[in-house]
Formats: sequence, structure tokens, C-alpha cells
Amino acid sequence: MSVPLIRTKNLKKYFPVGGGLLHAVDDVDISIGKGETLGMVGESGCGKSTLGRLLLRLVEPTGGEILFKGENILGYGPGKMKELRKEMQIIFQDPFASLNPRMTVSEIIAEPIKVTGTITNQEELLERVFDLMEIVGLAERFVNTYPHELDGGRRQRIGVARALALNPEFIVCDEPVSALDVSIQAQILNLMMDLQDEMGLTYLFITHDMSVVKHISDNIAVMYLGQCVERAPADELFEHPSHPYTKALLDAIPVPSLKNRKKLDVIQGEVTSPIDPKPWCRFAPRCPMAAPECLLLPPELMEIGADHFVSCVLFR
Amino acid sequence: MTEKLLEIKDLHVMYRTDDDEIYALNGVDLSVEAGTTLGLVGETGAGKTTAALSVMRLLPDKVGIVKKGEIFLEGRSLMRLTEADMRLLRGNDVSMIFQDPMTSLNPIHTVGDQIAEVLKLHYSDLGGDAIEAKVDEMMGMVGIPAERKGEYPHQFSGGMKQRIVIAIALACNPKLLLADEPTTALDVTIQAQVLKMMDELKRKFGTSMILITHDLGVVAQICDRVAIMYAGEIIELGTVEDIFEGERHHPYTVGLFGSIPDMTKKTRRLSPIEGLMPDPTSPPSGCGFVERCPRRMEICFGASPEAAVRGTHSVRCHLFAHPGKEATTR
Repeated sequence: MSVPLIRTKNLKKYFPVGGGLLHAVDDVDISIGKGETLGMVGESGCGKSTLGRLLLRLVEPTGGEILFKGENILGYGPGKMKELRKEMQIIFQDPFASLNPRMTVSEIIAEPIKVTGTITNQEELLERVFDLMEIVGLAERFVNTYPHELDGGRRQRIGVARALALNPEFIVCDEPVSALDVSIQAQILNLMMDLQDEMGLTYLFITHDMSVVKHISDNIAVMYLGQCVERAPADELFEHPSHPYTKALLDAIPVPSLKNRKKLDVIQGEVTSPIDPKPWCRFAPRCPMAAPECLLLPPELMEIGADHFVSCVLFR
Repeated sequence: MTEKLLEIKDLHVMYRTDDDEIYALNGVDLSVEAGTTLGLVGETGAGKTTAALSVMRLLPDKVGIVKKGEIFLEGRSLMRLTEADMRLLRGNDVSMIFQDPMTSLNPIHTVGDQIAEVLKLHYSDLGGDAIEAKVDEMMGMVGIPAERKGEYPHQFSGGMKQRIVIAIALACNPKLLLADEPTTALDVTIQAQVLKMMDELKRKFGTSMILITHDLGVVAQICDRVAIMYAGEIIELGTVEDIFEGERHHPYTVGLFGSIPDMTKKTRRLSPIEGLMPDPTSPPSGCGFVERCPRRMEICFGASPEAAVRGTHSVRCHLFAHPGKEATTR
């Protein structure tokens, strides 16, 4: 594996809420090599979006380290952080909410360039905007339209163009296709994979859709209630899912084929509260394989195969 | 062949706004047999929800207009019923589950009262105790302890709210349930729970169902027949076997399947459908899919294709409409 472009060590984010501390991200270690995609899956509320925002320091962590090219960026001051943001960008989930409705397409795409002052000449700036529009497959005629005039797929292309405007190395993609129809979703996924090949981009791809994550990722991390419960290369994870939660997640996906028209295997119960969780395994209350020792000790991430990590007492 | 519970014939619906006339349904023919589940599949704007709202006669007043067509429930024409008769039918014979459980419950009434409301309306002879007993029974059936009936919607999670909505919809044991994307807003493990429950309830009570969804995976798991909609028309209709395993398909259906990442094999690129759905403000003269179709022919621009039927499977595409070997068999 290549040298990681970005990695975290014991990254934590606790939000103070009425009833105590909400453990949104709890001791998460991830690492992404240059030009690779880490898929981050989990259900709503498991902390995957918070993790994405932590990496860009859009949210300040409670503890831990974020190393970008080996340097802990948590020590950076505002000036240095602003410089660094040119190298890390984000694409948001909802192309309807993440674009300013009062700005035209060209204003939106040019915004990051103006903010950082990378290009000051107006003509060059416009040329760059047209370049970016071409890269993401937006026709030139849309340059002066407003987001509401465009459909979801085109809007998400604007989001991609904006993220690319500063030639970043690393992009956090926070559910970039979940608000789109399948045929449009496929267009955007193809676009993102092509861009990665051409520009050597590194992605953290956050999604709850297991088929999408398998398609786009090199490695996959599965999150449950703020913790990473399993991490493995994509093929390995799908061939040998080991954590009971990963298995349940894979079993719950309705497959568009009649061959395995199985009785939907269902895990009972729902995600428990992330507020001041008990120190033992957080999945234990829903786990079909739960044993008494699950409620004794917090499980640790252990390597059970090449690059395959699981946190479950079954593997102790 | 079993008896037809619902029959929609040549339904045309349009929405009239100040600026535009939007052609939402352009001749939809559809039927549901007793005790079966029909999956209605299509992308945003295909007309799936409009079709369901037409059956419920809940199209927005003065804006949504049925231009042409008939809807029969057990042979009764719904279009000709008075609003009072229709109200008796809604919730009792036909009920509907909406997409978003967060917004379809009333936040200021307890969930128990909301289940009781539909019972009070349709069973006016039932006493208070009998209604409460029925509410407890419905809650038990969808897997929520009856002790929680005094709680308000915000005290429940998304999956539980959707189960309450299902309990309301099934309280009067309707013959037909219209489920409009019932699991789209839910997480996969919760989606699996809700789908399993709906499937069990269907078997138990023999309820027929139209399941509106854009997820072909969900369709493969619980539907008997599938209708694929595009731009206000049913472009392909058949049993699940016809759609998932059959040989001949509408090019749009092929594109829809090509857009889903396959979990079982490794493909570097997806094969999406290029382009977008046509503008619904101008009625299509030829085939509605022609602009995006990789296999279009000259005839496709001029004439709207007829359904080419073979057994239980029909495809509305000129590719299959040639006289001779592909001739219709009805």
C-alpha cells in the first residue's frame, strides 16, 4: 500500500447535548492512500458525515490526530488552514441545498477561486470556469443559469466542478449520489471515477448504499454508532464480511435479481442512543451472535487477514 | 386468471398551472389482481405517484385534471362516484401509504388516536372499547408495544413511524394498498424489517398492493408483477420473471438495469442512460423515450408504439412491434 495521503489517529468528536455527550465519532482510525477511494458506509446517525467534516476541520475534533501528508493539521493556524483547504474539498449530499440559489452557475464555480485569490484576472477566471464546466460535462449555455433551472444531475455536476476548482488532491464526497435517480446516479459515478483516473484524486466516499460503495471503493470502512467496526479492501469485505453488523447490512440489501430471492434476513431492533454509550460493544443489543462476554469489554479492531480489521469479540 | 381488483383504462392526467399544462399520464392501462403485488417502477417525474393519487381521487383540486380514462375497483367506476361515496371507500377499501413517515403523521395527536380516527370514521357502530382493542391489535401487528399508543410521533424513530402509518392504512383491512415509496426514507436494515412485515401482512390478509418504488431490488424481493413507467406511460409490463429474467426488454428497462452497480461482478463503468426525461409540458408525438434511446429508428419519432404482448409480458416499443414473428398475441 502506498503512503497514506490522509490518516486519522483516535479521532473523536463528542457533541454536548441535553442528556450528556453524543459520541458522534469515537476513536476512529482510517487511512487513505493517494489516488485511492475509501468508502465509508453505515446507517443514518452513525457519524459518517461528521467524520468527513472533521477531516476538513469544518468541525473541530474533541481529540485525536488528523495527519495530511504526515503532518498533524490540528496544529495549523487559520492562515495555514486556508492554504490547506485548496487541497481538500467536499461535495455535499443534496444538490438542492448546497448551492446558493441566488448565484449563477459561473459564480458558484468561481467562488472558491475568488475566495482563495488563485486567479485574479477576470478573463482567465471565466476561462477556468468554462474548463471546469467542460470537465464535468456541463454545456456552456448553462453558464448564466441559476441552480433552480437545472435538474438534480446537472446541479450535482456544479457541485463537482466547484470542488475541483482549486485542483484539490483530496475530496470528501458526502453521499453525492443518494438524492439522484438511478440513471443520473450512474452518470455522476462514472464522471467521478473518470476524474479520479485523470487527476489522481483521492476520495473519502460516504454513502449508505452498499452497491455504490462496492463499485467505487478500493477499501471500505463500516461504521456503527461512531465506531469503525470493520475495515477491509472492497472485494475482501464483500467476500468475507466478518463483523455481524456488516453481515446484517449486506443481508438487508434487496438485490435486483430473482436468483437469490431470499427471505429478507432481518436484524431486529434499531440503532441505540449514541448519547453516553456503554463501554462495551455497541452492536451487542441487536447482534444475533451476542454472547455474555460482549457486555464485558470494549472490542478492539484486530487484523484477521491482510488489511482486514474487525472489532468483535468473536475474533479475540 | 384471477379476478381483477383494480383496472385502470387509458388514463390521461394533466396538471394545469398558470404557465403550463403538464402531461403527467398519457394513456396508462394497468390492472391488479386480487391478492397480488404490483411494482410500479420509474424515475422521478415518470408519473408513478400521479397514477396512485388518481386511484385515490386525491389529485390536487382544480390543478390535477383527469382528461380521459376510467378506473374500476371491483367493477365499480371510481370516476363516477360522488365525493361522499369516495370518502367511504378511502381508507376502507383502498388506502395509501406515503413516502415520508416524518410528514404523514399529525404531530399533535398521539399515534393511538391517529389509528383510532380511521376506525371511528368507517366503523361508526364500534364502541370506544372495541376501537381501543382494535388499536392495540394493529400496533401489536406492526410490532410496536400497545403501551406506547399514548405517545406522539416525534417520540418514535423513522422506521417505527412508518409502521404506525402502515397500521393506519391497514386498520380497516383494505382490499388494495397503495404504497408510495414506503421504505425510501429508511435505512437498509429498517427497510428490510418494514418490507418483511408488509409481505407477511399481505399474506395474512390477502391484501393486494401497488408498490411504487425506484428500487429494482425491492421489486425483485416482494412483487409478483412489475410495470415500468416512463414519461407518463407504462412502457413495459410483466411478471417479475418476465422483467428480471425475460429476453426482450424496452431499451429504457435495459438502461435502468445498466445503471445499478452489480454487487456480484466487477465492472469498471456503469452504462447509464444518457440525457434526461422529456419535457412534460409538450405531449409526445412519437415514443417518449426516443431522444435517449440507443436503438431508435425512424418510425420512433413519428408514431407512438403499441404494446407488443407475448403471454404475460408486454413491451411498448417499435423494436418488438414488427409484423410477423413479433406479432401481438392477445
